[in-house]
Amino acid sequence: MILCKVVGSIVATIKHDSYDNQKILLVRPVTPEGDLKSGTIVAVDTVGAGEGNIVLVASEGRAAMEILGFSARQPLRSVIVGIVDCIDCERSGG
Amino acid sequence: MKLGRITGKVWATAKDPKLNSLTLYVMQPVDEHDKLLGTELIAVDTVGSREGDLVYWVGGAEATFPFHDRQIPSDATIVGLVDRLDTQPDGTA
Repeated sequence: MILCKVVGSIVATIKHDSYDNQKILLVRPVTPEGDLKSGTIVAVDTVGAGEGNIVLVASEGRAAMEILGFSARQPLRSVIVGIVDCIDCERSGG
Repeated sequence: MKLGRITGKVWATAKDPKLNSLTLYVMQPVDEHDKLLGTELIAVDTVGSREGDLVYWVGGAEATFPFHDRQIPSDATIVGLVDRLDTQPDGTA
């Protein structure tokens, strides 16, 4: 999983059915210190995250399948699985 | 998944038969401010998008599962048409 910050959201009416009734957010990877990196990800929210939250994002099909309860493989991989309360970590990069 | 802007179309008569009757678009991955994010890809469309549309797409193994009855040989599949995108103005996120 990676640490990301919620930077926005999208609305899509025409989409694959595995995305039906899902909340879709835009997240960007961040360092443990909270600095934004590039590489915006579209992720399905399952924990009620909001703009500005630091979240945990899993990006793998089987993990998504497990979390969202799909019975077959779907074209969906990035899922927000947690909202981070606090990070206690040595400064990355030494 | 990632955002993408459709910038062109590709026709290929000689191709894997599993790709028959599927539209192949030239798609530029973009970020939430429509800025380029890496090089263009050729993506398989499954939602009826058109040139210029902002879409989101899935890569990797998941790109082969847009249809319930069969898998397709694709590593970039468009799975959603973005109607609306809400984000902070650039530089304030």
